[in-house]
Amino acid sequence: MKKDFSILIGGEAGEGSRKSGSVIAELFSNIGYRIYIYEDYPSLIRGGHNFSQIRANGKEALSHRKGIDFLLALDKRTIEEHKNDLSKDGMIIYNSDNISGKYKGIGIPIKTITKEEGGNPIMKNSVLIGALVKIIGMDWKVVEKVFKKELKKYAEINLKIAKRGFDSSKTLFTIEKIEQKPLPLLTGNEALALGAVKAGLDFYIAYPMTPATGILHFLAEHKKEFNIAVVQLENETGIVNAAVGAAFTGARTMVGTSGGGFALMTEGLSLAAQSENPLVIINSQRMSPGTGVPTYNGQGDLLFTLTAGHGDIVRFVIAPGDADQSCFWAGKILNLSWKYQTPSILLIDKQISESTFSFDQSILNKVEYEKPLLWDKKGNYLRYKDVQNGISPLAFPGEKNVVSKSNSYEHDEFGITVEEKEKVEKMQNKRLRKFREMKKEVDQLEAVKIYGKKKSEKALIVWGSTKGPAKEAAEKLGIKMIQPIILEPFPEDQMKRALKGVKKIALAETNGLGQMEKVLNCYGIKVDKKILKYNSRPFFPEEIEEKLKNF
Amino acid sequence: MKLDTYAENTWCPGCRNFMILTAFKNAISSLVKDGLSKENIVVVGGIGCNSKTIDYLNLNSFSSLHGRPIISAEGIKLGNPKLKVIVFIGDGGCYNEGISHLIHAAKRNTDITVLVHNNSTFALTTGQFTATSPENFKGRSTPEGSVEKPLNPLKLVLASNGTFVARGYAMKMDHLTNLIIKAIKHSGFSFIDILQPCISFFDTTSFYDQKVYEIEEKNLDSPKEALRKIEEWDYNQIDDSQKIPIGIFYKIQKPSYWEKCLGTLNPSKRKKKVNFEEWK
Repeated sequence: MKKDFSILIGGEAGEGSRKSGSVIAELFSNIGYRIYIYEDYPSLIRGGHNFSQIRANGKEALSHRKGIDFLLALDKRTIEEHKNDLSKDGMIIYNSDNISGKYKGIGIPIKTITKEEGGNPIMKNSVLIGALVKIIGMDWKVVEKVFKKELKKYAEINLKIAKRGFDSSKTLFTIEKIEQKPLPLLTGNEALALGAVKAGLDFYIAYPMTPATGILHFLAEHKKEFNIAVVQLENETGIVNAAVGAAFTGARTMVGTSGGGFALMTEGLSLAAQSENPLVIINSQRMSPGTGVPTYNGQGDLLFTLTAGHGDIVRFVIAPGDADQSCFWAGKILNLSWKYQTPSILLIDKQISESTFSFDQSILNKVEYEKPLLWDKKGNYLRYKDVQNGISPLAFPGEKNVVSKSNSYEHDEFGITVEEKEKVEKMQNKRLRKFREMKKEVDQLEAVKIYGKKKSEKALIVWGSTKGPAKEAAEKLGIKMIQPIILEPFPEDQMKRALKGVKKIALAETNGLGQMEKVLNCYGIKVDKKILKYNSRPFFPEEIEEKLKNF
Repeated sequence: MKLDTYAENTWCPGCRNFMILTAFKNAISSLVKDGLSKENIVVVGGIGCNSKTIDYLNLNSFSSLHGRPIISAEGIKLGNPKLKVIVFIGDGGCYNEGISHLIHAAKRNTDITVLVHNNSTFALTTGQFTATSPENFKGRSTPEGSVEKPLNPLKLVLASNGTFVARGYAMKMDHLTNLIIKAIKHSGFSFIDILQPCISFFDTTSFYDQKVYEIEEKNLDSPKEALRKIEEWDYNQIDDSQKIPIGIFYKIQKPSYWEKCLGTLNPSKRKKKVNFEEWK
């Protein structure tokens, strides 16, 4: 019995395909399926072509795939754009009110039905959903449950409308219920926000930029429940500098942006490094350079993120590959940033930020608030005390007997500006010793994940969101897949261990220069085959599989 | 009260910054005597001679980047609203590099005090024109004279809805001390443009000595009246008939940004536990 479904719903922007996508995902999730939703939309508010592609799988769903089983079309363009992607038995359920022609599937006058039932035009989506439910033989009770939860006061009328779609279709098969607990559906942005909050986030500051905006929306919506501060300020330069200021007072602060905003933030990154203030930046990549393809995907900021900011900067760069990992590592990076009083970047991309995943809530139990090193209140407080491991204890303004001097200039232990060469070198050395401690810390963490056939002599290296489709391809081909998650300080030893016995290495990433190859080369790792995609769309598992067939 | 540090002072001998520093220390001593907690004071600087001030003060301090002290101060205030945050910034940082932060901080009525050491030149980089340099300013980047007219920063802050707008003069130290005390006491965004001759690159001392006069604190809640007084001088230093008023031009009371955004929340002091059952 089939336990893997691919459903695409599309229409013009503003027609509600995205909401419908999440309702369809909830339906499958309710009967135990694991979900991934890919959101595709151009940079406009009305018109154009938006679609959500839902993957529902009985075991695991980490990416969308080729071959659409059900194409739900609100407009003709949806059919024209995707009819060639239909799977062998794939069918189209379409709006026959404004689509004429002969298509493989069923046409339903959804606009007319919605009008007859007294609904507003956006509710026509429900007719398509009702039809889909009937075709796959899903229990109507599931629809009632999901609509009530998702559509709240509009549930009743939408159910009436959906029932018309349900009644106008025939059941082709009866979908199997999966015996496992449904998981909540969250976007990567939401999952990472939860992880950060669990690790003690006090303050989130941002300026809207796709695809990171969802973090701002989610935290602003829930700031009361989380008891945190959330503000939007004038620009990214302002945001990063305000964040470093807030961290100086002891508030765990995080900022979020995409590549262009991150570029503006680099001066603050440098300030945080020099003044040893903790700072977490989320850089959710989109297709660049320049404004690029602003609502689409790319992993082109890797080298930039690893080196951004003027001067010798010690930093953590962590690149999780899905919602679960984003949740865990957002919490971890906040703790690490405070433990080592240094800037950190969580590097994700649109495919993680805006895609929806079945979220494993138990991850939250692995994220805790870890207390940073605080001053013991003995003697005079020295903000930059020259200790052996380079980590000077923290104290904050407002505390008794504390004069805390944070300095962007090179400074002495108290925080007074210095320019003498011996004093400059002494403080540089302190920070370099701290970097050595950071490297040791990385060795203690699971910085590299291994999937697929662990004993294979062939390995595919991927990072970030490419993990999803690559894992599926590697498992199918029976090869090893290696995902370095912490990218700075680079987990050299763990990578070498992961590559032990491997004779051939392939690399897949969504940028044109093969940026990860350059990073790997720095550590003596040679790549035999590069699979690069740079049309601003993420990989399908089938694409990676195809390219690795003769590898 | 000991407000000095061991830091070596590197201003030019006779620098007018000494007057501003002294006025500030006097203001702080007086405020602390009246009950302000020294631990809760944070002074913020950027770069330039002005920002060296924070090294000379035995107070919590945050050295920011060029143009960013105001926004750093906003972050500090939002991080812990209990703190009294005072910014030292130059005209280059405030009106050139970081002008957007000045406008937005005033617009938001963030409860911080901004003291601008306005010498109408980039001094530490050896005398280029800034946004408040007069027309025809001759510096090494404009050997034939700057073609730009200066900005009137008081007009800008008034237009940005700043709630405390004042001008001081470095050479009138007692007057300045008094202004600083009032600015720090003001709940909301307080701004003092301090005229500060640069004895090395743009010595305007005798010009200001002749022109500057103190205004009375009258009709402080009238923007119209404030604008009239602000427009008495256009910062251009060309029209010889203009006098330069100093004092408070505008002062009104409005809820500050942190009060409206945070309510009773103090981000740096909040309990870290969150009930995760409640969020959805």
